[in-house]
Amino acid sequence: MHPGAWWLWALGLATAASRTNNPLLLGLLVGVAGYVVAARKTDAPWARSYTAFIKIGLFVVGIRLVFNLVLGSPIPGSHTLFTLPQLPLPDWAKGIRVGGRVTAEGMLFALYDGARLATLLICVGAANALANPARLLKSLPGALYEAGVAVVVAMTFAPNMVADVVRLRTARRLRGRPTGGIRAIAQIGLPVLEGALERSVAVAASMDARGYGRTAQVPASVRHLTTVLTLGGLLGVCAGTYGLLASEGAGYGIPVLAAGLAASLAGLRLGGRRQLRTRYRPDRWGARSWLVAGSGAAVAALMLWAGGYAPDALTLGVVPLSAPALPLWPALSLLVGLLPAFAAPVPAPPPAAATGAAAPPKESA
Amino acid sequence: MIRFENVSVTYDSAPGPTVRGVELTVPEGELVLVVGPSGVGKSTLLGTVSGLVPHFTGGTLRGRVTVDGRDTRTHKPRELADLVGTVGQDPLAHFVTDTVEDELAYGMESLGLAPAVMRRRVEETLDLLGLAELRDRPIATLSGGQQQRVAIGSVLTPHPKVLVLDEPTSALDPAAAEDVLSVLQRLVHDLGTTVLLAEHRLERVIQYADRVILLPSPGEPPLLGTPADIMRVSPVRPPVVALGRLAKWTPLPLSVRDARRMAGPLRDRLSTRTPCAPTAEGTEPPRVPAPRPAAARRTLAALFRRPPGRPGTPAATATVTALGVRRGRVEALRRVDLTVTPGETIALMGRNGAGKSTLLATLVGMIEPTSGSVAVAGRTPHRTPPRELIREVGLVPQEPRDLLYADTVAAECAAADQDAGAAPGTCRELVSTLLPGVPDDTHPRDLSEGQRLALALAIVLTGRPPLLLLDEPTRGLDYAAKARLVTVLRALAAAGHAIVLATHDVELAAEVAHRVVILAGGEVVADGPTAEVVVSSPAFAPQVAKVLAPQHWLTVAQVREALS
Repeated sequence: MHPGAWWLWALGLATAASRTNNPLLLGLLVGVAGYVVAARKTDAPWARSYTAFIKIGLFVVGIRLVFNLVLGSPIPGSHTLFTLPQLPLPDWAKGIRVGGRVTAEGMLFALYDGARLATLLICVGAANALANPARLLKSLPGALYEAGVAVVVAMTFAPNMVADVVRLRTARRLRGRPTGGIRAIAQIGLPVLEGALERSVAVAASMDARGYGRTAQVPASVRHLTTVLTLGGLLGVCAGTYGLLASEGAGYGIPVLAAGLAASLAGLRLGGRRQLRTRYRPDRWGARSWLVAGSGAAVAALMLWAGGYAPDALTLGVVPLSAPALPLWPALSLLVGLLPAFAAPVPAPPPAAATGAAAPPKESA
Repeated sequence: MIRFENVSVTYDSAPGPTVRGVELTVPEGELVLVVGPSGVGKSTLLGTVSGLVPHFTGGTLRGRVTVDGRDTRTHKPRELADLVGTVGQDPLAHFVTDTVEDELAYGMESLGLAPAVMRRRVEETLDLLGLAELRDRPIATLSGGQQQRVAIGSVLTPHPKVLVLDEPTSALDPAAAEDVLSVLQRLVHDLGTTVLLAEHRLERVIQYADRVILLPSPGEPPLLGTPADIMRVSPVRPPVVALGRLAKWTPLPLSVRDARRMAGPLRDRLSTRTPCAPTAEGTEPPRVPAPRPAAARRTLAALFRRPPGRPGTPAATATVTALGVRRGRVEALRRVDLTVTPGETIALMGRNGAGKSTLLATLVGMIEPTSGSVAVAGRTPHRTPPRELIREVGLVPQEPRDLLYADTVAAECAAADQDAGAAPGTCRELVSTLLPGVPDDTHPRDLSEGQRLALALAIVLTGRPPLLLLDEPTRGLDYAAKARLVTVLRALAAAGHAIVLATHDVELAAEVAHRVVILAGGEVVADGPTAEVVVSSPAFAPQVAKVLAPQHWLTVAQVREALS
């Protein structure tokens, strides 16, 4: 399975989520993503990110509701739930309201809106849980490889730093000091950063000793050409984008953008010649990858189409208040996203002995 | 294969060269062991071979190091990557990718080998190191021994002619260390790899070495010779060699097997005597504080209890009853019972992940028991506020550095006095006893491993806890530092402290422990006097016990005393 396929599938689901605010459809979408994750995730550390993303999603919904509660909402509503004391503001802050009437319509709208954002996040979390982010970076073109490794190493540092914080907090307890509070954070912060720095130096030494950064001899002319193509291409992309967005440049926007892109790609390709590296078992894009990526694309396309024939069912109004209904065809089209739960290969079961060794990451308590 | 020509290395801030006058040749296909006390420049010497010294660490290298004809002055580490494989002390700092198979392939990818070759070599290496079942596993979930084998495998796949290892077994339990060493021996014998290895725990490796490089003291030129010749003059030596020197055996035995063949007469002489229990011995023991007399005045029952130290049943310092701890889905401890009495030293042993650290963490209240109960001085550790708990129990963690925050020794001591509510100067006095001659303004980072351990120990002892816990205290210590630790621990036990140490070091356990508790899979599988438990166990027996079995001798010191 190519990790890119999982990302395309998740992006398809996310696109679908962005087209609707119907909580029933959004819930269905979360369910589809959750089922696939449950069916096809491995026991790797990154596979645990799905729960983390669900928590972040719930947090987002909560924040959205709190904002609506405090700042009010532009939705005109007649069902007043309760009235908060309103903060009197001077004239120059006219558009802003703090406190005041809280309506059922406003809260419902905030809930729908928050749910949509949360579903987007949860789709990204599903991709994270199913595809190793490091493997996706391995599919980068050769010229970008070194940057890719830097990103991978940086990503492994976050969990290591968390482990360091836990260890140092327990050490503080051993000295009889409180483990919370601002002073504790200040005193732990420095050793954690020192530890991270030392570890990065050690990893850099290890990478150097294992041949990271060996380059092939490339003629000077090719090097210069690479620089010109890359820089020129990037300039072209900038100019083309500006042309597309500005009102007077619509004519030359697209051709300049295309030329810039082509030059950059050529530059990347030439730059790859400096690389000696080969790839060990690169991920192949096979039939299963097509199915997984295709199911995501299909969900997105079907929802876009549904936006045409059933706009009212996808985008619920809150005035007047009504219970959301589940539209049949869009709901069925979301179920296409379940395909990977059957099409993707089953991950190898963890060996029985693994549970014992996997328990404490390090024998530090 | 490796030639050092008049090599000396000077680091930028150092007053003099760290290694000097190195003039030797390491032939192809030999396993060469680098030995010497801490801080003599073993790691520096190893670093010059891979080019990391001075290209990566800075400093000035004089003379010339050539590996298979390539000069490390003109070749950067990355240009030696196909020739030299380097593995450091901490395997986690070595890994670039996150799964076993990717890690094995990483070096080959950098060298640009053909995909078919890479595939074949990864499969071969997985088999060679017994990693086949782990191939898809994320590295973070492996045990210490497995990680060390993956680290070795990851530098083997490019087929280097030279392998450089800096203390590969220091963090491993005896069985995992055997695994790693047998792999190294196989490489030397079957593939003709040249292996250069630094290690403090000579008892594990000396028998595998073809030659030994001895660095006697900082800045002195090294000696190269056969293991037997070097061990005759070496300041660091494993117990089996010390026993051989004591009994004046020639040739000097390097392995338990050699020693047993010569040990017949010695066994006969010793058969009429009995070993004395480990006690404080040697030169004047350091003054250590006595714990406060049984800090249990709070309970009524304490009124009727005998003060400890008098004959009779001593009150237990800590009691663990049917303790169970679950972490996630894993049961780390299952129905563990343990009683610790004042003046007693207990060694907790068992393989990596057996639950030793978990048990210690439960005793200091960092982990709440899932079932059963823990009582330290009559109180429940995880419900006691840290400020009060440090006067009942102290733990020196695996990495003593975690305990140190301040930037001078004096500041560290002042903070410790304040934390423990002790009189100002208490901690500093302890430091002077345990670690004589360390100036106040030294940065804790500049101390050696052994000195840092002593500083952490002094900080923990400032609260005068009756129960002292140590987690893997001999990691990275040389024999001299270990001997000092042994003296300190014996004096503490004699002063009435109860000590529990989790360790892989069987020799340390034999020296200090009255009782050994072996854990496996979170359960206590053996609990008894040291001599009885370790003599019968092939993995946990110290070398002297193996040589003199079935008699119950554990240390060279016991034998020396019995003979004199």
